[in-house]
Amino acid sequence: MNAGVKPTARHDNAPVVVETGEGELYVSRRKIYPQSVKGRFRTIKWSLLAFCLAVYYFLPFVRWDRGPHSPDQAVLIDMPSRRFYFFFVEIWPQEVYFITGLLILAALSLFLMNAVAGRIWCGYLCWQTVWTDLFQAIERFTEGDRREHYKADQQPWTANRVARRAAKYFLWLMVAWWTGGAWVLYFADAPTLVKQLLTFQAPAIAYTWIGILTVTTFVFAGLMREQVCVYMCPWPRIQAALTDEHALNVTYRYDRGEPRMSVKKATQLRAANQPAGDCVDCDQCVAVCPTGVDIRKGLQLDCIQCGLCIDACDTVMKKIGRPTGLIAYDTDINVKRRQSGEAETWRLVRPRTLLYAGVIVVVIGVMLSALLLRNDVGVNAMHDRNPIFVKLSDGSVRNAYTVNLLNKKSMPRRFLLRVDNLPGVRVETTGQAGAQDGFPLIDVGPDQTRQMRVLLTMPADAKIPPQTKIQFRLVDTATGKSAAHADHFMAP
Amino acid sequence: MSSTQTHAPEIDAVTGTATTGHSWDGIAELNTPLPKWWLWIFYATIVWSFGYFVVYPSWPLATSHTTGVFGWTSRGEVASDIEDLKKLRSGNNAKLAAMPLADVTKDPQMLDFAKAQGKAAFGDNCAPCHGAGGGGAVGFPSLVDDDWLWGGKIDQIEQTIKFGVRSAHAETRAGAMTAFGTGSSPILKKDQIEQVADYVLTLSKQQADAKSAEAGKAVYAENCAVCHGDEGKGNQELGAPNLTDGIWLYGKDKAAIVYGVVNGRGGVMPNFAGRIDDATIKSLAVYVHQLGGGVK
Repeated sequence: MNAGVKPTARHDNAPVVVETGEGELYVSRRKIYPQSVKGRFRTIKWSLLAFCLAVYYFLPFVRWDRGPHSPDQAVLIDMPSRRFYFFFVEIWPQEVYFITGLLILAALSLFLMNAVAGRIWCGYLCWQTVWTDLFQAIERFTEGDRREHYKADQQPWTANRVARRAAKYFLWLMVAWWTGGAWVLYFADAPTLVKQLLTFQAPAIAYTWIGILTVTTFVFAGLMREQVCVYMCPWPRIQAALTDEHALNVTYRYDRGEPRMSVKKATQLRAANQPAGDCVDCDQCVAVCPTGVDIRKGLQLDCIQCGLCIDACDTVMKKIGRPTGLIAYDTDINVKRRQSGEAETWRLVRPRTLLYAGVIVVVIGVMLSALLLRNDVGVNAMHDRNPIFVKLSDGSVRNAYTVNLLNKKSMPRRFLLRVDNLPGVRVETTGQAGAQDGFPLIDVGPDQTRQMRVLLTMPADAKIPPQTKIQFRLVDTATGKSAAHADHFMAP
Repeated sequence: MSSTQTHAPEIDAVTGTATTGHSWDGIAELNTPLPKWWLWIFYATIVWSFGYFVVYPSWPLATSHTTGVFGWTSRGEVASDIEDLKKLRSGNNAKLAAMPLADVTKDPQMLDFAKAQGKAAFGDNCAPCHGAGGGGAVGFPSLVDDDWLWGGKIDQIEQTIKFGVRSAHAETRAGAMTAFGTGSSPILKKDQIEQVADYVLTLSKQQADAKSAEAGKAVYAENCAVCHGDEGKGNQELGAPNLTDGIWLYGKDKAAIVYGVVNGRGGVMPNFAGRIDDATIKSLAVYVHQLGGGVK
């Protein structure tokens, strides 16, 4: 239908060279062959990759002693008993606001990172980046570096090529499988589960999740790669709206680089005391880019700002004897200022960074104090609504409550359930361990909630209003620690 | 779009990107191409929908609809879920049916099971009359107080649920309040009824005309004591209410008492034997017993 149109690749923002016909609405992916590179940012990336993967793969095996009644795994999401353990923190389902706080912190840290130095998260820490980096390393190991791999792809299939491709897929699959395997270890006792997995005794759900994560890891890190960032992730879009001219970003310093020309010509021009750009148009920055962008076109959605182009460019600049840092972490405003001959300006401390940092400190403060002041005794009650009170045959009035007693400590405890502000009340429960001052003593198992039906009865001759404010108070008989819940006693 | 006439796409001057050629009020749409696999996923969902079409009920016919190759229905799914649940509970229910009620209350596991099952059954069968919390209403006894017409021990509760009160069942609990003041020749005269009502008021220590009540004492002894007892304590064998306590099924004031004496009383509770199985009835007995009024 439309002949001769070269579809423009998504990442290519340059004016399209169009021959005839209409623009394509869909494009095939342009395969990217990122070249290996050595340098400062590559080293940082390797170290962070090793650190992140080590944490992910080995954290489930770290032990943390919580006494005989609780699991000793440092990080554990215990679905069956609805507990989340993180070192000294134990969270019950109703305390899910701690998770909300964590999410707020995560978002704010992302904003702060962006205000200071752009997409640090994308370039160094995001799992999509970490695993893609690892998968690309495997790819270079099996199928060779950029040129070799690209050349082979243009050739017909040979036994050697098939073997190398198979080896790549096999290694990818192993990593993907191990990634899924580590994931499930966060949901059960890791050493036990490893044994079960090896002897095929593990629950079916464990194998299912390993399967799902094997597939997603393989597809996202092996096949989809930068497309996850470009088409699936919302952060690049949000980031573009949040950045400002003072934020450090991986920047091509066009004030120094343009006009581009060969080393020879630049030397001649400089000798003649005429302006010459440092960029020699070697395209090394494009060759090493894991998402295949040209950083010289400026900040763009596809750029994850990993800094590998900085390493590539610095290598070239050293070779041709020019100062490094033609591509560097720089701010938009400084490039412009240098171009117009003004002095550089650095504003790390500005309202934006102060605000983000301030809110982060506040949220951490709130969460930390909530965590430290967390009561390990809890009581809540639900008043029977129908009927709201019962008149007994002797004229006395009874209210019924469903009371939940929470023991958030990993040892069995005995509590006294007091009822305050209602003198003369008779408290009845079933299953109590004893009584003290007319109030029931109740045993609650370690790290458990116990539900009791509690009946409060006031004698017929007690003059009580239709509604009396009362309070349930649960007291730990050993330590005196207590929790309270306000409720009402209703009467005719 | 014609296949012979092709033309170069317009290029947007600001971005350098090709436009789709669409323009509204001078605003041109830039062409940012989607990846091909995105399109393929869209086609795949269309293919997938044909699968749905074949497998699930999908197409309306004149009087019914296509049933799909597996004959799946949402109603059938619920039915099979209920079957599964019944199977799951069958072990406990068989145990419960064979167990004396007194033992159920001593077995914490069975007690929990019976309470949970009883709560659900109560909502289905009992709540319409007795209220969701068992609080009752005028004419429908409260199940949470300590006053029982037919006995509040767990076995007595079970018997009431099974056979009902004044129901159609042969073993029903029977016995009704006689109408003393209706018909062409009523058993009691109007002033006698006034007097006995005043006397009954004094039984529960309520305000009443002392003289009239004194006169009513004899009327009571002759007509009422046979069922309600000499002291008015009632008789659970006959379902005769205790007249000395503070709980009145139809109201505690004189008008309600007079109405009852004149017209008689006799509410009906259906028998549940034959409607629900024994294990569920036992669960209900356990549940009702622990609501707050059960007698040990």
